[in-house]
Amino acid sequence: MDVFTDPANLEAYRQGFVWVLELTVVSAVCALILGAILAGFRVSPIPVLRWIGSGWVNIFRNTPLTLIIFFCYFALYSTLGLKFSNQVTINNFWLGVLGLSVYTAAFVCETIRSGIGTVPVGQVEAARAIGLSFFQVLTLVVLPQAIRSVIAPMGSILIALAKNTTIVGTIGVIEASTVMKDLINSNGDQVIQIFAVFALTFAIFLVPTGYFFGWLSNRLEVKR
Amino acid sequence: MNSPAAVLYDHPGPRARARNRILTAVIGVLALLVVYWVYGAFANAGQWDAYLWKPFLESSTWTQYIIPGLIETLKAAALSMVLALAFGLVFAVGRLSKHRWVSVPAGIVVEFFRAVPLLLMIFFVFFGLPYITGGAVPAFVAVVAGLTLYNGSVLAEAFRSGIKAVPRGQSEAAYAIGLRKSAVMRYVLIPQAARLMLPVIVGQLVVLLKDTALGYIVALPELMQRGVNDLSANYGNVVAAAIVIAAIYIIMNALLTRFAVYLERRSSRLPRTKAAPDLPVQISEPQG
Repeated sequence: MDVFTDPANLEAYRQGFVWVLELTVVSAVCALILGAILAGFRVSPIPVLRWIGSGWVNIFRNTPLTLIIFFCYFALYSTLGLKFSNQVTINNFWLGVLGLSVYTAAFVCETIRSGIGTVPVGQVEAARAIGLSFFQVLTLVVLPQAIRSVIAPMGSILIALAKNTTIVGTIGVIEASTVMKDLINSNGDQVIQIFAVFALTFAIFLVPTGYFFGWLSNRLEVKR
Repeated sequence: MNSPAAVLYDHPGPRARARNRILTAVIGVLALLVVYWVYGAFANAGQWDAYLWKPFLESSTWTQYIIPGLIETLKAAALSMVLALAFGLVFAVGRLSKHRWVSVPAGIVVEFFRAVPLLLMIFFVFFGLPYITGGAVPAFVAVVAGLTLYNGSVLAEAFRSGIKAVPRGQSEAAYAIGLRKSAVMRYVLIPQAARLMLPVIVGQLVVLLKDTALGYIVALPELMQRGVNDLSANYGNVVAAAIVIAAIYIIMNALLTRFAVYLERRSSRLPRTKAAPDLPVQISEPQG
């Protein structure tokens, strides 16, 4: 009998991908905001902020995400008692979001910073010449142009984030990879079908997303 | 300061310098408060107690847990790197092939493995394959297989854009002196593409090294499994162990990244091919 004709399995499959989607969207929003702030830190005139920015990037970009998620659960939650919610699953979800966000923010920061490098010097000089402050130069002139030039790499980061959400399965969110593992273990005769369905679901969503970001980056590119 | 960021603000005059000093002090104090708060939270939970950190001063901790784990991590990473480079090369060339029956399947394979989470592949090999082959699959094989397929596909795309970025005159000249297609690829295009894409390739290898930590999920005795999980199971110091192991990962990756920067500087010293400035900006994907 085909494993996906069982409504319970089908529901588990659906719920697994709903978790992936929720983790992706919430973490993406947090990571983009945090990453943009960190990028601002890294180019600011105040050395302390630059140190904070580069410290963050060096620490979180070079630590495996598995270890960060592990730390969020076993250190922050189990040992230090950080708690977002009394419901276990919801709490694990937010711990996962925390880990994914701080990790992804490091990559977002570096990408935006490389985008800042593509903004012509004349733009900034003109902005300064009309008397804009650093914050105004950054938010009104530099960031809008910088972000438009890094849409494609930002897309890869978001796609990687969507795939990375599967790691949150290790701290007890029953997301897609955990569902797949369970289904494989209880339906050993249909391993290939199960893997194909889960892998293709990811591919069907993520391959077009990649092309979409490619198209978007062409469309929004600042023509010079 | 020559960084592009340096132009974002004027050279500070006396007032700006005074303001920056005040801001520095305020933010510095705030940052110290945060550090102190974290320190206090750790202290409240008793995480600074000496017995939790003492194991790291004993040689047996290192010889029993950390170093064997590190060796396993490096073994998995090294093997996957070699296999991923080979995979990437084959599929990059395959995708550029003039024969559609080669290029289309190669493209599908690359796009597929790039879109599927690494963990899903590792789970399939580790939990699924035994049902098909009838024998257990070692965690090491599962991790290396997953890392190879995923990173190989990313590298395939890197190689492909590198090969496409080599100026057309190069291959035209090679064909003109009578080289065959395979020889043009091997002697002319791939060496130049590899040099162009070296920073991207090394960057992806950093990602690969970090991804070996996924082995923890399938109980591969690598650095995270041995150094965080097993070690803290013995000494009850999960916070301390996680911090120490994170530091080891950070140092390893920082060294590799520095190597990548060095290579980038070195290769930018070489005479630039005309296509180099048009290289697609490709940032290695921050998987796991």
